[in-house]
Amino acid sequence: MPAVLTHLDRLEAEAIHIFREVAATFSKPVMLYSVGKDSSVLMHLAMKAFYPAKPPFPFLHVDTTWKFREMIAFRDRMAKEKGFDLLVHVNEEGVREGINPFDHGSNTHTHVMKTVALRQALDKYDFDAAFGGARRDEEKSRAKERIFSFRSAGHGWDPKNQRPEMWKIYNTRVAQGESIRVFPLSNWTEQDIWQYILQENIPIVPLYLAAKRPVVDRGGMTIMVDDDRMRLQPGEKVEERMVRFRTLGCYPLTGAIPSTAASLEEIVGEMLTARTSERQGRLIDRDEAGSMEKKKREGYF
Amino acid sequence: MLTANTALLREDDDDNLVDIRDYVAGQENKGLLRFLTCGSVDDGKSTLIGRLLFDTKLIFEDQLAALESDSKKHGTAGDEIDFALLVDGLEAEREQGITIDVAYRFFSTPRRKFIVADTPGHEQYTRNMATGASTADVAIVLVDARQGILPQTRRHSMIASLLGIRHIVLAVNKIDLVAFDEAVFERIAAEYRAFAEDLGFDTIRPIPMSARYGDNVIRSSGKTPWYEGPSLLEHLETVDIEAEADGKPFRFPVQYVSRPNLDFRGFSGTVAAGRIGVGERVAVAKSGKQTRIRRIVTQDGDLETAAEGQAVTLLLEDEVELSRGNLLVTPEARPHVADQFSATLVWFDEKPLLPGRSISCVPRPTRFRRR
Repeated sequence: MPAVLTHLDRLEAEAIHIFREVAATFSKPVMLYSVGKDSSVLMHLAMKAFYPAKPPFPFLHVDTTWKFREMIAFRDRMAKEKGFDLLVHVNEEGVREGINPFDHGSNTHTHVMKTVALRQALDKYDFDAAFGGARRDEEKSRAKERIFSFRSAGHGWDPKNQRPEMWKIYNTRVAQGESIRVFPLSNWTEQDIWQYILQENIPIVPLYLAAKRPVVDRGGMTIMVDDDRMRLQPGEKVEERMVRFRTLGCYPLTGAIPSTAASLEEIVGEMLTARTSERQGRLIDRDEAGSMEKKKREGYF
Repeated sequence: MLTANTALLREDDDDNLVDIRDYVAGQENKGLLRFLTCGSVDDGKSTLIGRLLFDTKLIFEDQLAALESDSKKHGTAGDEIDFALLVDGLEAEREQGITIDVAYRFFSTPRRKFIVADTPGHEQYTRNMATGASTADVAIVLVDARQGILPQTRRHSMIASLLGIRHIVLAVNKIDLVAFDEAVFERIAAEYRAFAEDLGFDTIRPIPMSARYGDNVIRSSGKTPWYEGPSLLEHLETVDIEAEADGKPFRFPVQYVSRPNLDFRGFSGTVAAGRIGVGERVAVAKSGKQTRIRRIVTQDGDLETAAEGQAVTLLLEDEVELSRGNLLVTPEARPHVADQFSATLVWFDEKPLLPGRSISCVPRPTRFRRR
């Protein structure tokens, strides 16, 4: 380690500090594992924070049943290789009601299969702290959130009444039923994430790298046809195109970008000349202005 | 056309990929400066940050499109883009046209990386301003040239000083509304210097500015020919924030005790000050018990030394009584252990402080005021 810490060294040290602080002060933490690039970085940092021990908490994946198949395969491979304790939660009620992004729209689907599912899982296991990979540069309400973000017993975020958070001293006090969402990557940018993945050789879902994939154009986005549940509308044609994803979520709601960047180096290169933000590829953020904040107040990550 | 980040990478495309790792290494060695904007309500804090991001071409196209439609809906700048809406991200803020909580934004220039905290001016949200100030190296105190120095200007400056900020930029904003008058600027600058004399800042840099129109924000303005200093961005890129790190005694607050098996008892934490090496003597702060460092463990391999800012796990030669809440320190410079102290408090709660009430203390500061 060089005498002068680099920018990524400092970000890494800050995240490790946060992981340890939670492990030392909460009785039942969990890491929310969404299988995306930020989760991959978060998992890598969790391993570092507790080495040579394993992270003293389980990893929870809230599965909407509409994730890309490659994400699920990658998740299961990681759990096996890294040896972490993986919990998978599905909102079975939503499944029984047949909630899906096509009939119910992105809003209802996300609310039932993600937000409600997350609340169910947190209540079921009684977790009092949950790590997430959100970053402040992602979205304007995230830019306002504390690293230790307090949630009421109903999991709601009250943006008008956040706790002070001074220096690196974090307020870890919660009453019965209340909880904290913890964001060790708050101060990382998308560029930092990719540079760190490159530097540390962190495995990521192959969907981030460009390849020929079957896609259709819909509502100004390029949607990948990941399985036969994808309903084609009249006039839509499935084409094989070189694409990749900047963020990953439910496949019918996630836009691909045309790209030939098939290696990490090429992705970082592409990032440097990007003219749109990564969240442009997320249908759920575009439903209405302030939609992320609204979801967070309801208990979304 | 606006393009994000293109300023960072402008060589011919063919060579880019070969150079990505070099480029990344170059990025890594750039310094980071954290600053906040503070001052009274409506002095233009959010507008200034929006202007900085816009003029340094760090707003993405989809964000700009959203900003344009937001400006029509909520904007307070007539037909023009209302830059404040870039940072006022909460619904309540946009509806009321005010800043409630601190927003963090990230940008970089070829010389430095920046994290900026945009903080609220209303008195009732002062605790949010303090949150933003606690991690900043530089405070930009905005003053409306028409209003001059207000109580909130003083309050924010006091808090910045208490929290250990050493560098102030006094942004005399809305200078366009006083016809770019040098006398107004000089009067406000002199008044501020007199007020701040006892606050212990290392530097105070007054700059006449129009955040709305960009005068002296990223480059010097032709409308203030009498001002010979740097623009705001030039100043932020060059202000020297290096604290004297050398020679500080070693301080390691134990954060977490790692016991994966009977043979391993590691003390995890972040070095708060100074440095330590394998084989060197350390003392437990509370008991004074001494031992030596056996190993400095990280997942990337053991280290020979660890310095301020590094998160490591220490193994000691001897079994000593040590747990979270205690410190490992240089034996020659043990901290004073006391059960009484006097302090200046910044009180955040709406209910007043009551003598005799018990209070939980979290005594783990990561930085100190120098004096």
